Amino acid sequence: MYEQIAFYLFSVLTIGLFLVTVLSKNILYAMTSLAAGMVLISGFFFMLGADFLGVVQLIVYVGAVMALYAFAMMFFDATRDIKEKTTNDALVFFLGGMVALMLVIIFAAPVFSENIQAMYPVVEGVGNAQAVGLVLFTKYLVPFEVAAVMLLVAMIAGIILAGKKMDHSLTTNDDKVISQEDTK
Amino acid sequence: MEATVLPEVTSLGVIIKGIIILAIISAVAGFGTYIERKILAFMQRRLGPMHVGPFGLLQIAADGIKLFTQEDIIPQNANKFIFQIAPAITAATAFIALAAVPVFPDFTIPEFIPLLGGTFVPSIAADINVGILFVLGMMAAGLYGPLLAGMAQANKWGIIGSARTAIQFLSYEVVTGLSILAPIMLVGSLSLVDFNEYQAGGFTSWLIWQQPVAFVLFLIAGFAETNRTPFDLLEHEAEVVSGYATEYSGMRWGMFFIGEYANMITVAILASVMFLGGYNDLGFIAGWFIIIGKIAFFFFLMLWVRASWPHIRPDQLMWLCWKVLMPLAMVNILITAIVVMI
Repeated sequence: MYEQIAFYLFSVLTIGLFLVTVLSKNILYAMTSLAAGMVLISGFFFMLGADFLGVVQLIVYVGAVMALYAFAMMFFDATRDIKEKTTNDALVFFLGGMVALMLVIIFAAPVFSENIQAMYPVVEGVGNAQAVGLVLFTKYLVPFEVAAVMLLVAMIAGIILAGKKMDHSLTTNDDKVISQEDTK
Repeated sequence: MEATVLPEVTSLGVIIKGIIILAIISAVAGFGTYIERKILAFMQRRLGPMHVGPFGLLQIAADGIKLFTQEDIIPQNANKFIFQIAPAITAATAFIALAAVPVFPDFTIPEFIPLLGGTFVPSIAADINVGILFVLGMMAAGLYGPLLAGMAQANKWGIIGSARTAIQFLSYEVVTGLSILAPIMLVGSLSLVDFNEYQAGGFTSWLIWQQPVAFVLFLIAGFAETNRTPFDLLEHEAEVVSGYATEYSGMRWGMFFIGEYANMITVAILASVMFLGGYNDLGFIAGWFIIIGKIAFFFFLMLWVRASWPHIRPDQLMWLCWKVLMPLAMVNILITAIVVMI
């Protein structure tokens, strides 16, 4: 009973907030509603008893990913509306609708055909985090390691891109040096 | 250790707990301003608030009246809706984080009180088994308050303040997470209750003796995440007027303030439960008393540091985070892992 009320409440709120994200022309509204929607999605995880995943959703999406978006938005004037360059509204509407329909079919088909089987039942007597760890280090060990290597590659690439002037701090420079560099 | 059977936690008990947390922490935030001004004054050889009431005690009431009755100004070009909800985000995330940490001992309301008599009020409002991560996640979400406030107010100082919010909170979250990873590996659980039980063996079993580096790192990162003085670049008066709070007045500004104080208390509770033995009895002193003492000590420490250290520059802040604290945390995790394996 309570779970159903909570589910429908969260669903309506999440869909509503993400609609605002898509339809709003104001950057601040879009960003705020996206972040709020991410918080509400973690509510679904908590309802399903997956506390650990819910908290990870909070930390990763709300804390890190969305904050990076926010950081990019510092370069825009956040108080003004954006003029979008859409040449053909009908085409955008059609493509968007089709993608949404396809996603629904992709996710709904296995559920309706009942082809999904739980191969790795939940281990009794361990907590949420331990259960995730057990699956990660047995069944999904290879994807887990590949993801780790990918992150390492991205990190090294980031360091190389940003590292050229790493020992050179603008703040500690004299004004004279900076103005000399500007005139060069 | 044999666990005593606790009465069932009812939803009524949780609601009462929530109201208690809200009421007491808000009041403590108000009282905290008085304590902060007095302690800073004594450390700087001043008297502090003296004129309103005995020892300036009624200053809290005067400040409260001022905050509540001040005109609520919204700048003309600001994004009004976001400008208005940003302080609520700060206050709400700070209080939601307090839901998963043990605040005050659990007790049962006496039977003679009508309606509520016999209700068991738990120590933790929401006892989830990933409590530490939940608190960290909620404090991470707390960055949206200053961030949106700064971006919505159409003020250059505000924009700089919110840019600083993003870099500071994102960077120091890494240090917080990595520093508590080592104690988590020792305890083998993410639950604050398990942390408390791990340190039940008295003074020598406190985790600070096994993880001194992690404790110091957590404390430094905690200062940065609660926006306390050596790291309060978000609202650095000398550089950016008041940063993200420049255009705020009245109760909206007050909500930022309450949020900051609630976050300070959360960090103090986390540090006491995770490193300083939590709410276990210490000798003849009762557990509930000792944890309040520890929280008060950390609160005092934050004021002490504020009186002792100057602000640091943004580039020093980043240098400290990425070149000193993060490598230290990584080395600490590696050493802990090797010790745990052997």
